[in-house]
Amino acid sequence: MTDIQAIARQLAEAIKGYSADYIEARLEESQRSHLTYRGRELESVGQVTAIGGNVRALVRGGWGFVSFNNLNDLPGRIELAVKQARLVGKEESKLAPVEPIVDIVSPEENNPLTIPLAEKKQLLDEYNALIWRTPKLQTSIIAYGDSHKKVIFLNSSGSYTEQERSDITLRLTAVATADGDVQQVGLSLGSRGDFSLIQGLHQQVEQMARHAVELLSAPQVKGGEYSVVLDPVLAGVFAHEAFGHLSESDFIYENDRLRQIMVLGKKFGSPELNIVDSAAIPGLRGSYKYDDEGVPATKTYLIRKGKLVGRLHSRETAAKMGEKPTGNARAINYHYPPIVRMTNTYIEPGSASFDEIIGDIKEGVYAKNWVGGTTSMEMFTFSAGEAYMIRHGKLAEALRPVVLTGNVFITLNNIDAIGNDLEMNQGGGCGKGMQSPLPVSNGSPHIRISKCLVGGR
Amino acid sequence: MENILTQAKRVAEEAEVFMVSSEETPVHFEANRLKHIQSKQSTSLALRIVRQGRIGYAATTELGDSQSLVDNAVETARFGMPARFELPSPVTYPQIDVFDPDTESISIEKMIDLGTELIAVVTNHTPEIICHAMVTKDVISLQIINSRGGQANYKKSIFSLGILGSLIRGTDMLFVGESQSSCHPLTQPKEIAQVVLKQLELAKNRASVPTRKLPVIFTPLGVANALVPSLMIGFNGKTVLEGASPIGNRLGQPVFDQKLWLWDDPTVAYCPNSRPCDDEGIPSQRTPLIEQGKVANFLYDLQTAALAHTRSTGNGSRNGGLPVPSPTALVIAPGKTTVDEMVKDIKEGLVIEQLMGAEQGNILGGDFSGNVLLGYKVENGKIVGRVKDTMVSGNVYQVLKEVTAIGSEAKWVGGFLHTPHIYCPRLSVASKE
Repeated sequence: MTDIQAIARQLAEAIKGYSADYIEARLEESQRSHLTYRGRELESVGQVTAIGGNVRALVRGGWGFVSFNNLNDLPGRIELAVKQARLVGKEESKLAPVEPIVDIVSPEENNPLTIPLAEKKQLLDEYNALIWRTPKLQTSIIAYGDSHKKVIFLNSSGSYTEQERSDITLRLTAVATADGDVQQVGLSLGSRGDFSLIQGLHQQVEQMARHAVELLSAPQVKGGEYSVVLDPVLAGVFAHEAFGHLSESDFIYENDRLRQIMVLGKKFGSPELNIVDSAAIPGLRGSYKYDDEGVPATKTYLIRKGKLVGRLHSRETAAKMGEKPTGNARAINYHYPPIVRMTNTYIEPGSASFDEIIGDIKEGVYAKNWVGGTTSMEMFTFSAGEAYMIRHGKLAEALRPVVLTGNVFITLNNIDAIGNDLEMNQGGGCGKGMQSPLPVSNGSPHIRISKCLVGGR
Repeated sequence: MENILTQAKRVAEEAEVFMVSSEETPVHFEANRLKHIQSKQSTSLALRIVRQGRIGYAATTELGDSQSLVDNAVETARFGMPARFELPSPVTYPQIDVFDPDTESISIEKMIDLGTELIAVVTNHTPEIICHAMVTKDVISLQIINSRGGQANYKKSIFSLGILGSLIRGTDMLFVGESQSSCHPLTQPKEIAQVVLKQLELAKNRASVPTRKLPVIFTPLGVANALVPSLMIGFNGKTVLEGASPIGNRLGQPVFDQKLWLWDDPTVAYCPNSRPCDDEGIPSQRTPLIEQGKVANFLYDLQTAALAHTRSTGNGSRNGGLPVPSPTALVIAPGKTTVDEMVKDIKEGLVIEQLMGAEQGNILGGDFSGNVLLGYKVENGKIVGRVKDTMVSGNVYQVLKEVTAIGSEAKWVGGFLHTPHIYCPRLSVASKE
């Protein structure tokens, strides 16, 4: 393979020769493998290697960005980025100050690419066989992917960092059919490259397949407002979708009206509500030591005791809002410039047990497991893979998957119970500005929302 | 490329090399101002082989290292699916124009002007709106060669111009937007701005909606985000082969309203999703999917077609892996009713432009359920204002079984769908009072 360290040294030297307010470069080499099953058979298996880089320049507040995987003519790339930035720039460049950092971060413990394909296939074969053993099952889809990459970052202030990242994702889907009706249940898993975390899940896989068949005879919920209890997986997605995106300062910093809505100190929920984003927790899919602008990761409280206390920043948004950088500028790969992103986002645990949470609900919905979620900042929707009615404080019949929706500002205030059972979910990926899926994790204990709109028949 | 093919042929019965290069220039405007100019160069090479009857696959961006590429493909072929297809021999491809040199040569200064003008028209109408806009040109070159002597190559240009505006009052947020793309440069930003201005006008007032079944008109954008995702999966030959498509065993049968006609068409000149051949080198064709409400065909690539004992429809597409069947550009035939006539016909109902989260549910089964991100209330034959806090749910196969009317004017949405408005008699609507 090409020696990207040598190229990085050339780049570090070359950027000194250009005049801009700021220049940075990233170089990346990566290996990926994937195995996908559709039906009984392994359908596709492949290995991909990639190498590439980018240069980003800032001149008078304007940005230029050049990405490439042809590594010839590096000076030409730098020159183009500076020229573009100059074409845009009409004001003053603002970047929150960060001490230059030189650090070669020690290699990742786990590299899933070193595990033989045969071993990966063996595990997936076992899971697929379990799904197919379920009566009335129509088909299965299994998508396994892993990656390992090395990223070198350097900038015109003298920072130079090397970091590695490993990632594993596994999504299993069971599809059941009867009389033209099709139902599916999925399971999304992931880890920071640790293959053992996706092993030994046979029981969960079996349950998933059985549930798909059960859904064929399950009723659909009647649409309307309910007390809704979310399991840790779905509540984590809720924290990410409904609130997390609103905390990304690139939405806010140049929008005066949003700044008024998101003013620090404003009440968003009950005093029991705390929401955190932290890339600094080691070993999760959203974890890192430095972000893609070379800023050290931090733990950021977004909501503390029900009040807005912080938000996520790049160096530019921090400077423009007069706040401290949080190390949340991330790019999915070298094709893209970094933008403000979440990392590991979670609701801190409260004190209620599950029985206490559902105990006084006369008629409500228990929604579990993640299918998807999206937000317009004001409104969110997210969909649960599993759902049950709650009747007189007890779990009752299974429902077909439900879609929940609401207004963020109202719904956060409607969280009236927070469980004591925080769990992190590593199966998600986040999309924003055409950069998807970015590895993140979400988490929460069980939570209850007193009035939530549920779509239905 | 020839080199890699030669090397691969030494260790495999069949081989195919696929190379795609792209030079993309996006110009971004944020918060009503020019913010970012980018330039993105990328080239990638993919090798598919058949070795001992099984498919192997590897890809790389390192053009110099052909031996690793071949080795990686050989390793995966140990586990790959048995190959059932034959790669195409030399054929003549249809002449489909997808490259305009004017797009390649348009200057960044001109692109900046287009974006600036687009934003100016919208902000002149509504000064407090905050707009993001993007003007992008992209030139793509694609080449395929295989061990049967088959070869294909073409060059494509894509230009796109889009705007997204947000209008915030208190915590109330309104999102409006429009984007268009073509192989030609799009030099009339006013046309795009007009669409946005119309959305702003219709959304000026707020209207309330009851929780019950109501008639709904889906605009072309609404058709794209609520109805089409399920159809794309349902008509996919792979879903059909697995027995997971609700319409898989209904070929030739009336499943949809007889006013409905749908086809896949990669042959329209200068349409961004058009192409002379698919990503396996199979010539492009127009494939009818729904004819007068009857299921007419499904979409296939080589391998899926072989397993299903049929022929590829030229829908093999690569998304960073092996080819899979996928639609190119879907076209729904226009009907006879104008949008005004549809609205006049409704006593109480909705017009839906954008359903947020519609594609998250059981789309395989045809279900959709989403929050109305942009939609309007109709009362006594008139649009009276914007609706919010409203969830609309349905099942595509039930909704399209009986539609009240199909619009007489069709429109491109995002380069992948050409559709008129579709007026449906009853959909589940749930609203927060």
